[in-house]
Amino acid sequence: MKYWRKPLDAAQVKPPRGEVHIVINRCKGCGFCITYCPRKVLEFSEEFNRKGYHPPVVLHPENCVNCGLCEAICPDFAIWSTPVEQPEEKKENAGGK
Amino acid sequence: MKRLDVTLGQDLRHPLEEYLRMDRIPHVWCPGCGIGTTLNAFLTAVKKSGIPRKDIAVVSGIGCSGRAAGYVKLDSFHTTHGRAIPFATGLKLANPKLTVVVFAGDGDLLAIGGNHLIHAARRNMDINIICINNFNYAMTGGQFSPTTPEKARLTTAPYGSYEHPFNVPFLVDSCGATYVARWTALHVRRLTNSILEALHHPGFSFIEVISSCPTVYARRNRLGTGLDLLKFYRDNSVIKNGANTRECDIRFQEQLIVGKFVDQEKPTYHDTMTEYLSQSVGKRYVPYQGPMQGKEEDGN
Amino acid sequence: MESKPPVLLTGPHYWDGDFACAEGAIAAGCRFLAGYPITPSTEVAERIAERFPLVGGTFIQMEDELASMAAVLGAAWAGARAMTVTSGPGFSLMQENIGLGVMTETPCVVVDVQRGGPSTGLPTLTGQQDMMQARWGSHGDYEIIALSPSSPQECFDLIITSFNLSEKYRVPVMFMMDECVGHMTERVVVPALSSIKVRHRRWYRGARDKYHPYVPAKDGVPPIVKAGDDYRFHITGLTHDQRGYPVINAECQHQCVSRLVGKIKDNTDRIVILEEDRTEDAEVVVVSYGISYRVATRAIDLARQQGIKVGSLRLVTVWPFPERRIIELAKKVKCLVMPEINMGQVFLEMERCASCFCRTRLVPHCGGWVHDPNDILKAILKGVKS
Repeated sequence: MKYWRKPLDAAQVKPPRGEVHIVINRCKGCGFCITYCPRKVLEFSEEFNRKGYHPPVVLHPENCVNCGLCEAICPDFAIWSTPVEQPEEKKENAGGK
Repeated sequence: MKRLDVTLGQDLRHPLEEYLRMDRIPHVWCPGCGIGTTLNAFLTAVKKSGIPRKDIAVVSGIGCSGRAAGYVKLDSFHTTHGRAIPFATGLKLANPKLTVVVFAGDGDLLAIGGNHLIHAARRNMDINIICINNFNYAMTGGQFSPTTPEKARLTTAPYGSYEHPFNVPFLVDSCGATYVARWTALHVRRLTNSILEALHHPGFSFIEVISSCPTVYARRNRLGTGLDLLKFYRDNSVIKNGANTRECDIRFQEQLIVGKFVDQEKPTYHDTMTEYLSQSVGKRYVPYQGPMQGKEEDGN
Repeated sequence: MESKPPVLLTGPHYWDGDFACAEGAIAAGCRFLAGYPITPSTEVAERIAERFPLVGGTFIQMEDELASMAAVLGAAWAGARAMTVTSGPGFSLMQENIGLGVMTETPCVVVDVQRGGPSTGLPTLTGQQDMMQARWGSHGDYEIIALSPSSPQECFDLIITSFNLSEKYRVPVMFMMDECVGHMTERVVVPALSSIKVRHRRWYRGARDKYHPYVPAKDGVPPIVKAGDDYRFHITGLTHDQRGYPVINAECQHQCVSRLVGKIKDNTDRIVILEEDRTEDAEVVVVSYGISYRVATRAIDLARQQGIKVGSLRLVTVWPFPERRIIELAKKVKCLVMPEINMGQVFLEMERCASCFCRTRLVPHCGGWVHDPNDILKAILKGVKS
């Protein structure tokens, strides 16, 4: 992740990861999730869904931090994210004690 | 643009599925409409509240917002136009254990149901109102409503509305509402928190949600898509918690004051009634025993 | 609530019809009343407001009759036995939500203490002019149950019957009093608890996850649940399927409306309550209801003194209309006479059923007072000559 300043606890705290799930044929293509995703994970698809809308596709899955804004702002209950377990890295001096 | 991965998420369940009638989804609301987002916020708040699902009842009136009751997997009542509040009043008084939520639109609550709104607020009836304000009657094709800002054009105001709209937070505040907030369909987190507070708030709570109506209101006024309306909310909303509700009126495409305006404690109708009667009637007073148990034999 | 004995004032009293109606409702287990003041029904609400705190009931005075009826429906769905009380102008305002009550099959009772109309009319004087409004006041097609008491004692007895019918058929029952009965003070005997039969709600007893709000039982009436019991059901005023979900097409409309109408029509013989007197040998039968029945009784006595064979058929339930019995009588009498304190409402139904077989004669009255028995007598005399 990019930071505009490096947090003091960057070594201890890892940003969470998320996986985005989209029910493509429930989407009405309003674009709320795409526009307001703070990590710009999503993009409009080229193809239509069954209803004739362009649902979002996950363009940058690695950027998702599981904030849940897409889920909260979606009027159609068509998108949400779930946390991704991250492999425990060997922490040097993690927490100090 | 990227190709569609049609297999994505098909086998997963939406986190709110246990609160939704999935056999009724997709809902009727247009692309870019804010009612779905508000329903999403409401159900998220219900989930967070810890109130058992069986103890929450949703009452709605008629119109676009009125359809909300049909999508929630709770005891839900789709009533007549404007009468959601008195129906909810009966429901609450006959079973005070219920948390009763009225989910209705601006035309429903403020025009045809205006009398019920002010009286429920006056009584401090312990019900929660979520008022979707999209500035028009959308289900019937976009007629002006009591909240339509002056100059906004709608089908029954083809040259622009010349009526003075309600300042809704001021109206309910002055009538005695004990929790008043206003958010837009963009402020999903704050809206969810407000609904959560309202669910736990004893007494009459009122949350006005400024909601996008791309199909009618925005189209008639050339304001763009639902997304454009959300962008407008982002650029023009000013959060003023505790603001004087008198100053919260909305003018056409001008600044929107949002926030939690009123949060005060006052005995509810039910509390006042039981306390007063137990004092004045004395030992002979028999408080309401709750509804019938639902187990009696019907003696066919 | 049901396990506790209702607080009954067993014994003889000197009450007016409005008071007796209130006491009867309490005896029937009614514990929720939402109302709005209107002459000549206000005494019912006044009595309830005084008595409910002593018997564990909730009374609320709403902001109008629209709200009153909506609150009654809400209370009924929360599981309370609920009613509202009004008079003509308020009854008009209630029609909207009476329609919702019919559509959602909500058990409740609406008391209409009728006064003269149209519009504000005669607030303090009697009328029977809401009879057709009771039947078809709300928009759309439906069938309703309406009862009409003719004495304070019957206000007590029949309001219990009204609640029982509303529970049995899941329909708002119209209790059509009138100003005369409401304000008439007479002896009312409240029976012992053991002799009052209160029908329980038709609670659903199947598996919780299999519940659908509108799957009818054999008699066409679906069992019911209440809010807060984890059925998490949906009801709507829209045309709906058995799950209670809105379906907007002609097929579903046919199923929905034909059952709503059918559950009353097909059970007419079970619902109808009639009182007959001296019809065996009658050449003329006076068909009447409410306060008009009592005037008719006097006219019949006068006619019998003159040796005319007159009988009486009294409609305790006015709706559904007792077509079968009217036709039976029409086939064997010369004339059916109906006095009504209106310009001919229930008469139209009687005429429809009987006019093929015998003559029919209306004794109209515009309201404000009851008939002169001599007017009914004149109609009897004309009827017997024909």
